[in-house]
Amino acid sequence: MTPDLRQRVLWVVWAVVLVVSIGAVVVLDRSSGARGMSAAAGARYGFTLTEAAKSVGVDFAHQGPTFDASLAHIMPQVAAMGASVAVADFDRDGWPDFYVTNSGEGSLNRLYRNTGAGTFTDVAAAVGLADVNRAGTGVSMGALWGDYDNDGFEDLFLYKYGRPALFHNDQGKSFTAVTDRFGLPGWINANAAVWLDYDADGWLDLFVGGYWPETIDLWHLTTTKIMAESFEYAENGGRKYLFRNRHGAAFEEVSEAAGIASRRWTLAAAAGDLLGSGRPDLFLANDYGISQLYANRGGRFEEVGREAGVGRTPKSGMNASFGDVFNDGRLAVYKTNISEPGVLVQANDLWVPKVVGGRIAFDNLASALGVDLGGWSWGAQFGDLNNDGALDLYLVNGYVSAGERTSYWYDFSQIAIGHNTIIGDAKNWPAMRGRSLSGYQHKKVWMNDGAGRFVDAAQDVGVRDTFDGRAVALADLFNTGTLDAIVANQRGPLLIYRNTVDRGRHWIEIELEGTASNRSAIGARVDVYWNGRHQVQEVSGGSGFSAQNDRRLHYGLGAAAAIERIEIRWPSGRKQTIERPAVDTRLRVKEPQ
Amino acid sequence: MINRYLPPLFITCILIIAHLTFGILEAYERTFVAIVTAIAVELVLGKITYGKWPHPASAYISGISVGILIRSPFLWPYVLASVISIVCKYVLRVRGRHLWNPSNFGVSVVLFLAPATVSVLSVQWGNNIWPMAVIWTLGFFIVWRVGRLHVSATYVVAFVAFGFLRSAITGTPWPATLAPITGPMYQLFIFFMVTDPKVAVSTRRGRIVVVILVAFVEMLLRLAEVIYAPFYALFLVGPAALVWELMSLQPAIRANPQRASN
Repeated sequence: MTPDLRQRVLWVVWAVVLVVSIGAVVVLDRSSGARGMSAAAGARYGFTLTEAAKSVGVDFAHQGPTFDASLAHIMPQVAAMGASVAVADFDRDGWPDFYVTNSGEGSLNRLYRNTGAGTFTDVAAAVGLADVNRAGTGVSMGALWGDYDNDGFEDLFLYKYGRPALFHNDQGKSFTAVTDRFGLPGWINANAAVWLDYDADGWLDLFVGGYWPETIDLWHLTTTKIMAESFEYAENGGRKYLFRNRHGAAFEEVSEAAGIASRRWTLAAAAGDLLGSGRPDLFLANDYGISQLYANRGGRFEEVGREAGVGRTPKSGMNASFGDVFNDGRLAVYKTNISEPGVLVQANDLWVPKVVGGRIAFDNLASALGVDLGGWSWGAQFGDLNNDGALDLYLVNGYVSAGERTSYWYDFSQIAIGHNTIIGDAKNWPAMRGRSLSGYQHKKVWMNDGAGRFVDAAQDVGVRDTFDGRAVALADLFNTGTLDAIVANQRGPLLIYRNTVDRGRHWIEIELEGTASNRSAIGARVDVYWNGRHQVQEVSGGSGFSAQNDRRLHYGLGAAAAIERIEIRWPSGRKQTIERPAVDTRLRVKEPQ
Repeated sequence: MINRYLPPLFITCILIIAHLTFGILEAYERTFVAIVTAIAVELVLGKITYGKWPHPASAYISGISVGILIRSPFLWPYVLASVISIVCKYVLRVRGRHLWNPSNFGVSVVLFLAPATVSVLSVQWGNNIWPMAVIWTLGFFIVWRVGRLHVSATYVVAFVAFGFLRSAITGTPWPATLAPITGPMYQLFIFFMVTDPKVAVSTRRGRIVVVILVAFVEMLLRLAEVIYAPFYALFLVGPAALVWELMSLQPAIRANPQRASN
């Protein structure tokens, strides 16, 4: 072969390599981007979700706020939160009720009481929880149920862009505002809060994470230099609060003494025993930056996010929820971020713990498990939707759905990488002019196959809405042994997806009541063992984004008609084992004295 | 000889400092894979094609640029972008010269063809002015050492001028139209892509004209709201200018070698 011919042959070979490589990019992008999509239309997952809000008496549409006129050009993106949902049986009649927030100035929040006959009735006005968005007090961003005084009835904490409020539940009949008596701050611009008993004294404490600085009144701005100073490294957000509960009579703000000092832009907070200390650690999903993991060191917190692996890469955190995705007794952390094809692929994180050198560190397995690409993701919750014994993941998404086939993304991406002197001043931001920003997105209902893979079944099982989802909460609303989904949409209707699971799948629900522990049993850890399988869940004081699931724990059991045992570790540290409980029932357990 | 090592050294320092201080890499393994892939492909193709081991500096810059510039939760984009970057040098050639800056080609291809899974570096150097000032200073020093200061400086001036023009046309506040150049993506673009001597036209004046054209095409793409405008602009203009020179001016340059040194 002559040198010239050899060169020509090699050129052809390299050209083929180049073409094949370019072709592989196309193929892999399609297959990777479509991962998690259901394999075939009509595939059977063993359940269906039917949107039934109006048919069960729920007709609620969220209204957004309108801030200072100097933000008018970007109002849709700065006034983009406030739709939330929190579930609890506030009147102790055995049926889950739920509270939803509204965010228009002067708008009314609603408390939907479960009638027990398959319908709900709004009783917010009657019990004193409706008119909470009056001018000058700010507007609601979210709410949480928790029995702060251990009287057996779930009280309500309301966080706002404005004055937070605490309402005492008067025997399930009415609510009394006790904000002043408990010494809460006059103004917090918060999107995140969680109940936890961090010092294990039997009284629920409260964490509140500021988003905008608390010095800002968004309705009366004196400057437009209020935006996050960076898209990835912002530390000019709101302060954090940890309110220690003084025996149900007052709160003492102890964040500094407890080791929590941060001005990151927190959008979600969840508490759980992630590090095996027996006490609740605190995970913060922060917008414009890294996540933070506060390890509970016997009642004092130490921020360990970086060394644990969860706090290294800055993204746009918007959700914090925990789930035992491998059924091996480990709680993984699901944090949502932003993914927009062709613009920004942050991808969501699924932090799965492992022990390294005697310490717990986390690996991000979101891509490996197929739960990484969820659009502009907001709230997400783990729950066994088809009662097959593995935790599935329900995710809502979508930021601003305005003009169809319009996009603000170019302008957004242009300024988002700018220096803080540019990005930090709202007047530098391009006007949105009615354009969408990751709008009209399809939700994700990722089904866990129990072997480490999730498949999106949303379209197949009946979740086809494209509203701007913010919060999702899971609860067995109709006491049928299945988890229903309540979805709160920003400037959109509240949706209730009623779940119908195929026959032959067993379940158990566990309702705990603390005695030495806080009465809500928030922080209790429950391991269920059945048919050689094992799943752990904890009673949560709030998770996801602006949401709270029913604190009754739900376990699907698949075809197994028997449970070997249930192990409960109460927040007080007491342990309890229940042998061979009945299945397909709600099990009420009171903490032994 | 030392100039050969300055750019790789500089980009390595940027990467290490940026990652340690600002965590710009989600996983350093991906950048490592991009670098190793680029060097391995370069060594194999160079040895087979030319019968000798090529110097890995160029491939190292390509690999590290790919590793820094693209963001994806998957590993394959880093591998394929590096492969494409290097292989294109051996395939897309005219009269013995490759046409595209390798990483510009590889990054542009994966950005264009893999929108669902790949995006570009979109972070800042933290919130402090000093890291940016240091990088600008060092960057300009290095491009001065390698004789390409005029290229980088012209691009910056052109980008700013066209940024003001875009602001006037679209009504977008000028700080927003200028914002991208304050980010690290542009600094890598300005110091490592538009200055690539292997794909530049031969005259100083020609390089200045070409880089102004790059900025101009970028402006047109930005007016069309193309997110990855700088990469695509260089992708389009750079090779076109080189081909034009090779096809039309090369005989004249051969006849008058002094022209090339101006």
